[in-house]
This record gives sequence, C-alpha cells and structure tokens, in this order.
Amino acid sequence: MLWWLVAVPLLAGALLAVAGRRADRVAPAAGVLVATGALAIAIAAAVTRPAVDAPLVAGIRAGLAVDGLSALMVVTVAGATLAVLAHAVGDPELRTARFAGFMLLFAGAMLVTVTATTLAVLLMAWEVMGAMSWALIAYRWWEPESVTAGHTAFLTTRLADVGLYVAAGAALAGGAGSLALAELPGANGPWLHVVTAGLVVAALGKSAQLPLSFWLSQAMRGPSPVSALLHSATMVAAGAYLLLRLAPLLAATGWAAPAVAWVGAATALLMGLVAVAQTDLKQLLAASTCSQIGFMVLAAGVGGVRGGAAQLVAHAATKSLLFLAAGTWLVLLGTKQLGELRGAARRHRLVGVTFTVGAAALAGLPPLSLWVTKDLVLAAALDRSTVLYAVGLAAALLSAVYSTKAVWWVWRPAQPEVIAGGPNGTRAPAGRGRPAGRLGDAALVGLAVLAALLGGLPFVTAGARPSAWWELVLSGLLAVAAVALTWRVAARMGEPRVLASWLGVERAAHAVVVRPVLAMAEALARFDDRVLDRGVTAAARATVGVARVLDRRGEGAVDGSVRGIADGARALGRLARRPQTGQVHQYYAQAAAALAVLALVVIVVR
Amino acid sequence: MLSLIVFLPALVAAVLLLVPATAPRRVFTGAWLAVSAVDLALVVVVWLTPGSGFRFVERVAWMPTVGISYHVGVDGISLPLVALTAVLFGACAVFSLRETRRVKGYVALFLALQAVSLGLFVALDLILFFLFFDLSIVFMYFLIAGWGHGERARAAALKFFLYTFLGSLALLLGFILLYLAAEPHTFDIVELAAADPLAGGGAYAGLALLAIGVGLAVKTPTVPFHTWLPPAHTEAPATGSAILAGILLKMGTYGFVRIAMPILPGTWRQYAVVAVVVGVVSVLYGALVALAQTDVKRMVAYTSVNHMGYVVLGVGAAGIIAGTDDQARQLATTGAVTQMVAHGLITGALFLLTGVLYDRGRTYDMAAYSGLAARAPVFAGVFAVAAFASLGLPGFAGFIAEFQIFTGALASAPVATALAVAGILVTAALFLRALQRVFLGPERLPDAPGTPRPFADLRASEAAAIVPLLALATVIGILPRFLLDAIEPASRALVELVAR
Repeated sequence: MLWWLVAVPLLAGALLAVAGRRADRVAPAAGVLVATGALAIAIAAAVTRPAVDAPLVAGIRAGLAVDGLSALMVVTVAGATLAVLAHAVGDPELRTARFAGFMLLFAGAMLVTVTATTLAVLLMAWEVMGAMSWALIAYRWWEPESVTAGHTAFLTTRLADVGLYVAAGAALAGGAGSLALAELPGANGPWLHVVTAGLVVAALGKSAQLPLSFWLSQAMRGPSPVSALLHSATMVAAGAYLLLRLAPLLAATGWAAPAVAWVGAATALLMGLVAVAQTDLKQLLAASTCSQIGFMVLAAGVGGVRGGAAQLVAHAATKSLLFLAAGTWLVLLGTKQLGELRGAARRHRLVGVTFTVGAAALAGLPPLSLWVTKDLVLAAALDRSTVLYAVGLAAALLSAVYSTKAVWWVWRPAQPEVIAGGPNGTRAPAGRGRPAGRLGDAALVGLAVLAALLGGLPFVTAGARPSAWWELVLSGLLAVAAVALTWRVAARMGEPRVLASWLGVERAAHAVVVRPVLAMAEALARFDDRVLDRGVTAAARATVGVARVLDRRGEGAVDGSVRGIADGARALGRLARRPQTGQVHQYYAQAAAALAVLALVVIVVR
Repeated sequence: MLSLIVFLPALVAAVLLLVPATAPRRVFTGAWLAVSAVDLALVVVVWLTPGSGFRFVERVAWMPTVGISYHVGVDGISLPLVALTAVLFGACAVFSLRETRRVKGYVALFLALQAVSLGLFVALDLILFFLFFDLSIVFMYFLIAGWGHGERARAAALKFFLYTFLGSLALLLGFILLYLAAEPHTFDIVELAAADPLAGGGAYAGLALLAIGVGLAVKTPTVPFHTWLPPAHTEAPATGSAILAGILLKMGTYGFVRIAMPILPGTWRQYAVVAVVVGVVSVLYGALVALAQTDVKRMVAYTSVNHMGYVVLGVGAAGIIAGTDDQARQLATTGAVTQMVAHGLITGALFLLTGVLYDRGRTYDMAAYSGLAARAPVFAGVFAVAAFASLGLPGFAGFIAEFQIFTGALASAPVATALAVAGILVTAALFLRALQRVFLGPERLPDAPGTPRPFADLRASEAAAIVPLLALATVIGILPRFLLDAIEPASRALVELVAR
C-alpha cells in the first residue's frame, strides 16, 4: 500500500506532464481525483502504519515506512495537495496538464521524503522536489523574472543539498553502511559530525532558514497555488520535518541541537521583522513562512518534536489557506500590494472571512491552532534556555503584528481609484479571473476550519498535556494586546529598507558567490582556449616547423652525401671505362704492363 | 555469439559497399537499422543468459609467437557497455533516416564504427583492444571530416585524429611494457590480470601505468588532455557527436577498469590519488568552462569532461584502501561503470537534440535563440528532460551513478569528493541557464540567411531516436537493479583484484 501512496501521484503526475497540452482538458479533474485517492491511501497508511523496502544499490536499500511523525505528515501533505488542486481548478491559467502534472509529481516526491527510512531515497525525493519547484515557480516560462526566480530557488536549495550528498558518504564512512536514518546517530568518530552538519545544512536550506531565506522571496513570482502547496505544507516544511525526524542525531553530537535551535529562533525573529516590513501580501506571507518554520526548527533543536510536528501541521493548513486567499485576490483584482487590496475582503466576503480566520490563527490568537502549537514549542524551549524562550516569544508577538497588518488593509473601505491602477510592476492582468468556484470555496472553508481547530491535534493523537498553563495564557494575552495595538497603528508602520529587502542576503550572495563563480568560469574558459588549446596547437606547429627545418637542412645534407657517393661511383666508372678502347695493341701493352707489375710484386713479396 | 555481434555490422558494411551509391538511400539506412535491431536482440539474449565471470568466451590463436590471440568475452563491466553501444547506434540509425548527404559512405562508416566499438568492449587481448581502439579513431576521423560542418570540420577532425592517435601510441607503449614484463610473454588481458606481472612495483611498473594512463586519459578525456574534444564535437554531425561522446569516450574509462586496475593493481593503489586529483580537477574545470560557453554544443561537450571526471574520481577512489571498506570501494567502482552507461545515454540524447537545433536554426549560438518552447514545445520538453537528467536529477541514471561514486569515494578522499559534489551545482546552473537562453522567455528565432524554414517541432523519427534513450535513462534511474545486478558482481571481483 505504501508503494501505491507514492506511486499514484508520481505516475499520474508523470503521465500528465508527458501528455502535455493534449491532456489539458482532463487535467484539473484528474488532478483532484488523484489527490483525493492519495489522501485516502494516506489516511489508510496513517492508520495501518505499513513499511516496505527494496534493494537500491550495494548494501543500501530504498525503504519507506509510516510511523507516528510520518503518519501526520502524509495526511498533511495529501490533504494540502487536494485543497490546493481543488482551488486551482478555478484559475483558468492553471487548468493545464503541466500544472497538475508537476504538482502531483511534487506531492509524490514530498510523500517519499516524509516516509523515507534511508538517506538514499530521502535524497532522491528531496532533489526531485527541488526540480519540481523550479518547474512550478517558472510556470510562466515566458516571463524572464519567473524563470530567474525558479533558478534562484533550485540553485539555492541544491547548494544546501550538497550537504545531503556529503552526509550520505560520511554515513557510509562512519560505519552506517545501510544509510538508514535510524542508524545515523551511531556513526562513529568525526564522521558523526560530518553527517550531522551535512543534514543540518540541507534542511536549513530547504526550509529557507537564515541565511538562505532569500530564495523564498523570489519564489513568490510563481502562481499562488504553487506557494500554497510548496511554501506551506511541503518543500519548506521538508527541512523542518527532517530536523524533527533526526532530533536524536542532533542531540548525539552536542553542538548541533543548540545551533539548530538558535538558527530557528533567529529566523523566527528576523523573518518576523521582515514580514512586518513588507508591503506585498505574498512577500509578507513568505517571510512569515520562514518565521513560522523557524519555530519548528527551534522545536527540533530543543527536542520538542511533538510541538514542532503540531506546529508544522497547523501552519500547513493556515498558510495554504492564506496563500490561496491571496491568490484569489490576485486573480480577481490583479494586485497583491497591500495598499491596493483595500476593501478586497469586503468585496469578496467568503475569501475575506476565511483569510481573517487564517490570519487570526497565524497571529496566535486563542483558541486557534497556532496559539497552542507554538506554545508547545516555546514550552520546550523554556526547558532549555530562557533566552531562547524570550526570542521565540518576541517572534510570536511579531506574527501577531504582521497578521494584523494584512487583515487591517484588506478590510479597509475600498478606494476604487487605487484598485484601478498603480505604478507597481508586479501586477498580473487585472480581472482575468472569476471567483474560484464552488470547489475553490470549499477548499478555503475546509482549510479555515482546520486552521482554527488543529491546535487540538496533539491532545487528541498523542495525549500531550500543556506543561505550563501560565505560558499559554501569557502568550495568548500578549497576542491579543499586539493585535489591538497594531490595528491602531497599521497605517503608520514603516518599512526600513534592510527589512523590506529581506536583509539584503540575496545581493550579498550574488556578490560573494554568483559573480565570482561566473568570473572564474569565464577566466577558465579563456585559459582553456588561449593556453591549453594553444599549447597543443603550438606543439603541432613546432612539429611541422622541425620537419621543415629538417627538410631544408638535414634532408639536403643526407641527400647530398647520397648524391656524392653516386657521383663518386660514376667517376670511378668513367675511369674504369678508359682502358676499354677495343684496340688490340693497346690491350697487349696493358697486359705487358700488368705482367711487369705482377712480376715486381712477386719479387718484392718473396 | 560475440563474434557474430561484433562482425555482423562489418559484414553488412562490406556488402553495402558493393551496392551502387545511386541506390535509394532507404536501402542503406534501412540496412543499418536492421543490423542494429538484430545486434540489439543478440545483446539482449547475451544479457539474459545466466552466468558469472567472463561469458561467451571465444579464443583463437592469432599470432602465437608473440602471445597474441583473438580472445573475446563479456563480464558485468563490459556487457552494459556493449548494450549501450547497441542501443546508441540503434538510436543514431533511427536519427539518420533523414540523412541525405552521401548516405552510402555514411552508413558504411557507422557500421564499421559500430563493429569496432562492440569489438573493443569484448576484447580480452591487449593487441585486439588496441586494434579496435585505433580503428575507432580512423573511422571517426572520416565521419567528422566528411559529414561535419565544412572546412573547420576537417581541421577539427585532423586535430582529433592526431591527438588521440598520439594517445593510442602511449597506450601501445604501455602494452608492450606489460608484455615484456609478463612471464611467459603474453598480451592476454585475463592471463596478465591473473599473473599480476608487475606486483613488485618500481619505476618500470610506474612507467607502464603512466603510459597506459596517459593513453586512456587522452581518450577519456581528462583535463589537461581534453582540448581535442570541443572542436571535434562542435564540428561533427549530430550522430557523430553522439557516438563520440557516448561510446568513444567510454573506451578510455573502460580501459581503466579493464586494463589499468586489474593488471597493475599495486601500482594503481600507489598512484590512485593522482587519479582522484585528475578526476576532481576534470569535474570542476569541465563544469566551470562549460558554464562560460555560449555555444550550446560546446557546452555539452565540456559537460562530458565533467561527467568523465566523476568516473575517474570513482576508479581512483576504488584504489585507495586506507580508511575504506569493501562496500565503499565497490560502490565507487559500480558507480563509475554506471556513470559510463548513464553518460552515454543522456549525453547521446543531448547531442542528437543539439543536432535538431542546428537543423532548424543553422547555428549553435545560444544567443540566437529565445523562447523556443512556444514554437516547439515537445522539443523544449525533451531537451529539458535531458538537461535535468544530465545535471544528475534523481529519477535518471546519472544520479544513480553519481550518488554511488560520491558515497563510495567520500571515505577515502573526503576533500576531493566534497569538491566534486559542488560540481553538480555548477552543472545545474549551466543547464538551467542554457534552458533559459534557448527555450524560455520571449520568442526569438535566428534570421540569418541560412535558415530555410520556420522552426519545426521534433519530428517523429527524431523523437523515436531520442526518447528511447531518455526513457532508458529514466528506467535505470528508478529501477536500477537490472543494471546493477549485472555490474555489481564484476565490480566486486575488480575491487578484490585491486586490493590483492
């Protein structure tokens, strides 16, 4: 059954993607149908907890299994996929086989990622996810900016993926030859640290944690349903999932757990600030995603696996909802600028209400989901370090601030002339869409219900008990206060440039990595043409030159001596011809002379 | 059986030479297609026949006074390459159905090339190996010079011929050194591997390995012996490039695993770190230089240097005993052999695709194109699949190969391998850039005077040649066991030979 869980979306997605335009008409329905099937299998798998494996390469198997954490993940992933595909049916631009195919392929890869039991198969799915994210972010391939955004996303995450390759090799070198995730903490010697470092880098990159957050900002150029799937429940969540899965490994090294916790906390705080400073709704949501995933990473670092997992699930539903709502407005109104979205919620009530529910959950307002889950994480952090807890609490306050900011703008009374036009170049063609349809509305409502209620999940499934009631109450009160305060000052909030530009990390990456590598490539290409290749050509020329010299000098000398011998022989021949006169008296004279000489020789010798 | 596989193409080539050149070109292309199909079927039969070690061995005395025999056989290392040869020549036969220029000579040359390529991979005698090695250079020379892109092709062909011929002379020198060292003197690969004539090491063994290594490195090619490759590829016809990259380059890397490693195990271990360094330099240098290219075919050519660098890294790591276990070295070796197959399939497809691009636009310059995906969606899609396969995306054969090489090599050469892993990032960047330049963005077509007709999408015969290659690469990428089950026993035996 587990093979089916991953094979159904992967095969269906591949078929749709290969069929291309021919399958466009059936693609939306097929996508929803397959996603429904996948969700059904996922629920069944979550109940029965199957495990399968097959040989892959020497000594390393491709294993899949569903355990507690994976059960949660497969249902989340399949559910989010269904909701997003159902909602995307309403967008005419996305009613293509290419979109549905890549989304299903992506979902299949994510399902493999969260059920993988060995590093090899995890790495395979992990990289396929990256490639599919490229294809989906660059969905509008005729726009150079979208394609560049896809490049940034794929290359940044692949940069981090190098860590996974290194980790796989190090695990083998460290004695964990099967590459089973469960065996990794047993790697011996320094290899344990290499394994951990590689996995942590890969996870942080995929999860858009600092300093590799910038790719998520660019990725917002993709269609909104893509963000709703990739940048809420999957892809970015995969890194957090991996860290949660590997919490024992992090603990085994000593340094990794605190490092991860601090990166998570720092990202939660700084990206929260970045989100507050955004004027573009999708950018705000993206920065908020980084920040919220920071909580999950923090949870992995402090060993709060249960809280982290709950946060992951609750955030997945919430952020899918928010991205879908933002996408609906983008299609209907042609803008995602907060200033131009005034009145959007009033004009489209259902979208507005569901968006508000999601934003309230994101703000951490009691009794909604993220309030509970985030505080499970914070409680775990408090056990380790008060400072970590304080940073996390501050980040939680920020989420209340930016959520309120977004809601405040969309509920402002409309100003029609603002909607009609604006200087911003990011707008899509206005008014090309129509309301998302009944299926899309159902997706929004369903996600809103989940976003509100999922906070109860850890208590239902795992029997968790909040350790500190005062903590819950405190953070709930703080969130309410922050919301109230923000509502009053929302119009006057500034946007410092360093925050609005996502801390400027992308520009730094271009200056420090991209441009030097390109310059080095150019230099090496010149070296190849002008030095190496010329050297070969020069050697060939030199050979020809030596041949010419030999031809001119050596050949003359050799040939001259040969000719000299021939000339000498000819001269001797001429000499020898002299006595041959044909006259008898001369022959007699020659015979007499010869006899005389012979006689003389005989006398002398004897 | 193997002799039949090897000499069937040669026989048909000889028969075709008797057919007048005025005969319809379908006669020639059809004959080639038929031969390829029969050869492929025979190879499948060989593949499905169970057995271990060298199979289908044939040995006939040839020049017994100097220890030369006609000795052929296949094992798990050569059989995948034989199969690759049959598949890739078949694809080229399909692709050539549209060839119109002097088809008789073209088909005859390809059939001859097919025979020597198959022969090289089954040869178990050094002189037989050398004979096929040299003949491949000769036939490829005529292909590039005769069917390439004009005057520059002849210069490139000459460079290719002289450079690789020089390499093959070094190889011959090494073979003779091996012959003289063996007691009794022999050129037989199996006997030499069993005897390990230069187990004592020393300068003589080092010289033998150097000569063989340089000879194979020129053919592979590795940095710094690669500069014949870009012009040869750029000027060759698409099918010629596909065979050159897919098959002829493998003769170099195959020589490492068939000759250098088993016959000179001690010396290989001693100098394995050199192979590792050369491999890593080839990986990074090839990828970076490819990144800077503006000519799409030259770019693909340089990625071959990069991909062959992984193979050299793998075989080098397999020679480093310290700090590794059998599993790691076996992974590195299996990965190297898998990479040969993967690169043959994927880069073969990429070169055929660049041929399609040239056919439509009469230029390889990436700046001349933009947004082709609008005009030719199937072509763009197939090219994208090939590009992602070549950059090592899981799900394609290249990943299975590179993952094994990296995983197996990291223990013995951690720094080198970590650097080589960074190479996959550069290849990703360069293929994404190429995709963006040629296929994505606003539409623009070259309007130079040589462009005969509007840009047509992939034709049926072109797709029938290219898609099976990529399909096979995908099958290997997802279900690699059928291939690895063949390679792994042989690579285990090789690892044991090297470690003795």
